[in-house]
Amino acid sequence: MQGIAEAISLALELVLRADADLLEIVVLSLRVSLTATLTACLIGLPLGALLAVARFPGRQAAIVVVNALMGLPPVVVGLLVYLHLSRAGPLGFLGLLYTPSAMIIAQTILIAPIVTALSRQVLEDLHGEYAEQFRSLCLSRSQMVGALLWDGRFSLMTVALAGFGRAVAEVGAVIVVGGNIDHLTRVMTTAIALETSRGDLALALALGMVLLVIALGVNAAVQGVRINAARHAHV
Amino acid sequence: MSDAAILPFERAEPSASLPRPIFPLAVRGLALSYGATQVLAGVDLDLGARGCTVVMGPNGAGKSLLLKLLHGLIAPSGGVIDWAGQSPSEVTRRQALVFQRPVLLRRSVGANIDFVLKARGLPRATVRERRTALLAHVGLAEKTDLPARRLSGGEAQRLALARALATEPEVLFLDEPTASLDPASALAIEEIVTRARDLGTRVIFVTHDVGQARRLADDVVFLHRGRVAEHRPAEAFFAAPRSEAAAGYLAGRIVV
Repeated sequence: MQGIAEAISLALELVLRADADLLEIVVLSLRVSLTATLTACLIGLPLGALLAVARFPGRQAAIVVVNALMGLPPVVVGLLVYLHLSRAGPLGFLGLLYTPSAMIIAQTILIAPIVTALSRQVLEDLHGEYAEQFRSLCLSRSQMVGALLWDGRFSLMTVALAGFGRAVAEVGAVIVVGGNIDHLTRVMTTAIALETSRGDLALALALGMVLLVIALGVNAAVQGVRINAARHAHV
Repeated sequence: MSDAAILPFERAEPSASLPRPIFPLAVRGLALSYGATQVLAGVDLDLGARGCTVVMGPNGAGKSLLLKLLHGLIAPSGGVIDWAGQSPSEVTRRQALVFQRPVLLRRSVGANIDFVLKARGLPRATVRERRTALLAHVGLAEKTDLPARRLSGGEAQRLALARALATEPEVLFLDEPTASLDPASALAIEEIVTRARDLGTRVIFVTHDVGQARRLADDVVFLHRGRVAEHRPAEAFFAAPRSEAAAGYLAGRIVV
C-alpha cells in the first residue's frame, strides 16, 4: 500500500495532467448524474407542483409517501432496478443492465422523490401566498402550476442541485446495476470503492478530490443562485 | 399619467353581442360563519351598475369577507348572492380584486401585467400595447423592467391596480388598498380608481378612511357586527347617519 503522502502526490499528478482514465470516469459520472437529475426534475417538478396546488382524497398520504421515499436506500433501489432489468426480469428484453442507462434509471428513481418532496414544499409555500390572487384571476390549474414553477425557479434550482449532489455522490445503486465495468460503467464513486479495496490510493484520492470539487461547486452554485435571486429581488 | 383616451378598459354600453349583464346585484340573507362564530348574518344589499360603493365599518365587521363572498372567492354559509341571475363563481372572471397587501409575482413590473393578459389568451401584440398603456396610466412606465418586488408600497399597489384593470373588469373590488400608504400614494390610487369608475367600471371599495370615503363614494354600505347597519347615498349618509354605530364611527368614537 502506498503511503498517504505518496498517494496524494500521485493523485495531484493525475489531476494536473488530466489523466485519460480519470477524465473518462469523471465525464461518465457527470453524464449519468446530470441526465438522472434532468429526468428527475422533469418528473418531480410537475408532480411537486401538482401536490402543492391540487386538493384530492389521499393527498396527505401521497405527501407522506413522497417524503418517506426521500430516504430510499440506494442499494435497495439498485436491487429493484436490477430485478427489473436482469434477463429474467420484466424489462430484461431491453438489455440495459450493466449500461450507463441502467445507472441513470437507478439514480433517477433515487432522486425523483427528493425533487418532488422539496419542490412540493417550496411551491406550496409560494401557492399559499398566491392562491387567492390566482382564484381571483380564474387561472386554470396548468396556468397556476406554470406560474408557480416560474416564480419559484430560483428555489427550484437549489432543489435540483440537491438532487444532483445526492446522485453524483451515491455508490450503492450504480454499482449494483452498472457493475463497475472499466471503460463502460465505472463512475467516480464506484472507482473510489474499487481502487481503495485494491490499495491503489492515488486514483481513489484523485477521484475523491474531483468529487469534492464538484460538491463544493454545487454548493457554490446554490449560494450563487440565492445571491443572484436576492439581488434581483425575486425572493 | 396618460390620457384616458388610450386606456384599454373603457366599458361599452351593453349590446346583444356582449355577455349577460351582471347587474343589478341582489344579496339576500347572506351569512358566513366559521364554526360557532357568525361573522356575517342577514346581509341584504342591492347595487346598480354604475358608481362607486364604499364599504365602511369597524375592524371585524366583515367588510373584507363581504368582498370575497361577492367575488366568489369564498362560499357563504347561507343566503343568496345574485348577479343578475348568475352566481358569484359565474362572474368572477368578469371582476377583479385588489388586496390590501398587493400580491405581486416574482417577475418584472411589465411581466406582472403580461401574465394576466397572456392568461386571458390575448395575442402578443395586444399584450405589449395594453401593458404599455396600463403602466403609463398608473405612472409606472419607466419601471417596466424593474423587479416588481423592488417597488415601494404605493408603486406596488398601483401595479396591482393596473394588473386588475388589465382584465377589463366590469366590477373592481378594492380591499383597503391604501391602508398602509402615505397620503400622496393614497391619492394616486384614488385618482386611478376614480378614472376607472368614470369610464364605467363598477367600483366596490373597502376603507377605514372617512375622508377617502367622502371623496370616492357614490353610496356607502356601513357594516357593523356582520350586518348592514346602513346603505344610503353618500351625501345623505355623511350628512346624517341613521344608525348609532355609523354616527359614532363618523364622529371618531370607538365603535366595536
